[in-house]
This record gives sequence, C-alpha cells and structure tokens, in this order.
Amino acid sequence: MEPELDKKQALPEKTVLFDKAIYRLAGDNGLLVEFGEGIDQKVNMKVRAMAKIFEKSIPDGVREIIPTYRSLLFIYDPGVTNPAILRPLIEQVENNLGKIEIVPSRVVEIPVCYGGKFGPDIDNVGKDHGLSTSRVIQLHCAPEYLIYMVGFTPGFPFLGGLDEKLYTPRLKTPRLLVPEGSVGIANNQTGMYPIASPGGWQLIGRTPLKIFAPDRSCPFLYKAGDMIKFVPISIDEYETISQKEKG
Amino acid sequence: MKAFKILAPGGFTSVQDKGRFGYQQMGVPVSGVLDSFAFKVANILVGNTENKAVLEITVMGPSLEITKTMDIALTGAKMGMTLNDKPIKQWESIRVNPGDNLNVSQIQSGCRAYLAVTGGINVLQIMGSYSTYVSGKIGGFKGRPLKKDDIIETNDAQTLSKQRSIPKDMIPHYPPNATIRTIIGPQDDYFDKGLTALFEKEYMVTAKADRMGYRLKGNCVPIKENMPKSIVSEPSMPGSIQIPPDEQPIVLLVEQTVGGYAKIATVISTDLSKVAQTTPGDTIKFERINLKTAHDLCLEEMDKIIKIKELF
Repeated sequence: MEPELDKKQALPEKTVLFDKAIYRLAGDNGLLVEFGEGIDQKVNMKVRAMAKIFEKSIPDGVREIIPTYRSLLFIYDPGVTNPAILRPLIEQVENNLGKIEIVPSRVVEIPVCYGGKFGPDIDNVGKDHGLSTSRVIQLHCAPEYLIYMVGFTPGFPFLGGLDEKLYTPRLKTPRLLVPEGSVGIANNQTGMYPIASPGGWQLIGRTPLKIFAPDRSCPFLYKAGDMIKFVPISIDEYETISQKEKG
Repeated sequence: MKAFKILAPGGFTSVQDKGRFGYQQMGVPVSGVLDSFAFKVANILVGNTENKAVLEITVMGPSLEITKTMDIALTGAKMGMTLNDKPIKQWESIRVNPGDNLNVSQIQSGCRAYLAVTGGINVLQIMGSYSTYVSGKIGGFKGRPLKKDDIIETNDAQTLSKQRSIPKDMIPHYPPNATIRTIIGPQDDYFDKGLTALFEKEYMVTAKADRMGYRLKGNCVPIKENMPKSIVSEPSMPGSIQIPPDEQPIVLLVEQTVGGYAKIATVISTDLSKVAQTTPGDTIKFERINLKTAHDLCLEEMDKIIKIKELF
C-alpha cells in the first residue's frame, strides 16, 4: 500500500523540531523520515536517538539506515518490506522516545598542523575580526564539534559548532585538488578532506591521520553522532605521525 | 589465475559487481553496475552466481588476448563482437581458449555492455565489493578503469557442459527515446509548476552523462516562489532527480552520496538501467507512477531472473 505522504512547507533557514516526523518517499526503496527543519542540535539529537534504537534492531528488509542533519533515510528491499510496514514501526519508536536517554558522544581527537604550507589560507580566516594566526588556531581547536552527518566523499564530516569569529566565505576560485587530510573552513562550517578532491574551502591546516583507509579493518575513525576535537601539533609531530600511518 | 590481457581498453571499461552496500552513511557511494538486469543475465549465461564481478563496457569495447579456457557472455548494449575476427553473438555463452583474440566493437544501441567470464573477475575485495568507485579511486582493478596491458585474473570454476543462450523475446531493447518511470518526491512539495514541466516533454541527454549522473536539457523545472533554492544537505539515492539553480534536471546515479538541492522525483529501480543505456543526444520522457506499481515492477524483474535461471 502507498502511504499517505505528509506535506509541509519547509524553510531550512529556521530550525524547528516537528511534533511528529514527516515521511517522504525517496524512490521505490528509500523512505526519508524527517524530524525537523534546519541545522539544529535538538533535531539532530532526535535523529541520533532514533538511529541508536534501530541500530540494535534493524527492521526486516531494511538494508541500511543513514542518519543526516535532520532525518533518517531507510533503504529497504521492496521484495521484503515497504513504507506501509515500516511507518508504524518507526512511529512506535518515536512515540516511546521520551523515555530514552542519549548516551554522551565519543570524542575523537584529530591532530592538526596549522598554517604554513598545510594551511595556506589561514591568514584569510578571522581577517574581519582582526584575529592573529595563533588566535585563529586557539578558537578553531577549542570546541568539540558534533558530527551531524558523514558524506560527500568517504568520511567527510559535516561539523557543527564553529566559532562565529571564524566564519569565512569559500575561495572565489575553488582548487582543482585539495590534498588529503586538509582541514578547512567554508562559511559557518569546518571540516576536513578524507581523500584528495576538488574544493573551495579555506585551508587552515592538515592532519597526518589517514581519515579514510579502505583497506584498514575499520576504514573510518568516527561516525555521525561522535564529536571531533582538533589538537594542534608541530610540523615534527606531523611528520612522525605521518610516518607511523604509512606503517 | 591470469585470464586475459587488455590489448585496447575501449571507451571506459571498469570492474563492477552489484555494488558496495552498507557504507552510504559514511559517504561511500554504492558504485556497481548501472544495468543490473543485463549484469545478472551475463553471469547466469556463463554458469556463475548472479553477483560475480564483470566488466562494464561503455560506448566502445575493449580488445582482449585470452590466456585461459573459459566461457564468456556479453549482454547489455548492442555492440558487435568478434572472436579471432569471426562475428559472434551477444546474450549467449561462448567458449574461449588461450591465444584467442576477443574484440568488442562500438555501440549500435544502448550505452553499456557487460562481459561476464567463468568464475568472475578476481580483484581485491574492498569493503565487501569488487566494484570500482572511479572518482574515489577505490575498488575494482587498482581503483581505476582498465588500461592497455593490464592483466586480469579470474576465479577458477568449471566451464559449462552445454552452451547457454536466452530466447530472443527476453532480450531487452535500448531505444534512443526512453520512457522513464518515476515516483515523485522526496521534495515534490518544493514544486508546483515544476511538476507539470518535468512530465510534459522529452529531455535531451547532454554530454555530461557518466556514472555520477546524467545532466538533461529541456523544460526548466522552477522551484515554488516562496521556497528556498536549496535544502539542508542529505543523502541521495541512485535515480534521484535533482534540480540545481539552472532548473535543468540531473538524474543522480551510483557515484553520489550527499546533495543540497531539492529532489523532485526518483527514477524507479527497474528503469535506472534504461537511463544508463541512453547516450548523449538521446531523449528521456519522464512518467509518474505510484509506489505500488513500482514495487510490482521490481518483483516482475526478479521473477524474470528466476525464469532465466530455470532455463538451465
């Protein structure tokens, strides 16, 4: 049976936590369950709480559950299940959610060598606020950043919590190739490039860690819901860790 | 064991299986074959299980020097093929032997063909799949499409005791004017006039058409006036029809994970192959169907595969 789809005017600028999730069809094998609008910790907490419950008991026929800023995407096998079966299960979990406590996030430390050849754009950051390079570094590595979502390229973290003083627009001309491990800022976002790819972010440093290693038994260092803490290191420390990672 | 050497790689030839599942939440696209029906049939024709790794061949075929006795089968796009300069047929198994020269020529209809071999192509399995994720340089043969002088290995397996072929009426056609069925959403509420525009006329496939996506040209698909032009980034599905600021639709395929533009509709899974079998200059006409019909079509295709297996 085809479920009746909820309709709602969505305006991503504002943030809202819905009373009841909105269900959207993503083709014949995807069901997108939206818990709110915009980029917001409260909305994302609900996403993580729901994801955590479903991680323990994945409904029959569901191949993967992908957490995002504000929704969960259920990818299912239409030979086994469909939205008419899944929706009541999801609603039941949502209705019982009040009783569930969120487990604190794991904090993953990422060593970063700031500035110099690894962070060619660091002078652009904080310019409008008259910040020195050392102040930029201090502000950037102070917070624990929540990983709202992972995607775009393998292991690319969408992080929330950048200090407003560090907001910097993207480069006018994107680089054709940003080196693997580069840490950057684009507007109100900060993040890093797990694989070399084109990109327009302002580069402020680089991590020597292999953020994505497809042949490592665990190819990734973190997942959505974890926190990232950047730790400043010297160029010597960078080289030492880099050698170890090449192992 | 070494099975063949690439004498010429063709247009774009890569190792693929059904895809890399379970890592989309980490930003790893599924990759894999774009025409799953042709892929499965190719494997069945050489006596493999359905999901063995094959070569996906695009527009122009490769030339191979065979170094191992095995059965091969070429399905998908109509390309023409010769073994030691003698024409041979697609959609049936052919025994090849060391010293043979296999030459796949150019597309006559469709865009992608699938070459299966006894035992399947043997490459290192990465995160549960043999598929090449081309833009990530991961999986398949050294994370890249094949080049001249590459030497490809296959798994050892029994060759067939009897040649296999399927009835002509089970072979799909790949017309240059494809009708593609879709389910509207997930962001259909961002559009009003845009929905009418999308389904009104044919779109032309542009030169920007690859495993990441197909950019189309035709009717503009405007977003409602009071709606934002983008959404909070979220995952896409193979088949998502994304509307960027220039209002020209892009059908996202298997090397995409996250996007920030509204998706007006999604191509149903059984018609993804039809999109991928079009080439630049061909046309696509979108149609709107409901979820139930799409699921019936999925089951129908599964039944068709079962029927083909039962032939042998």
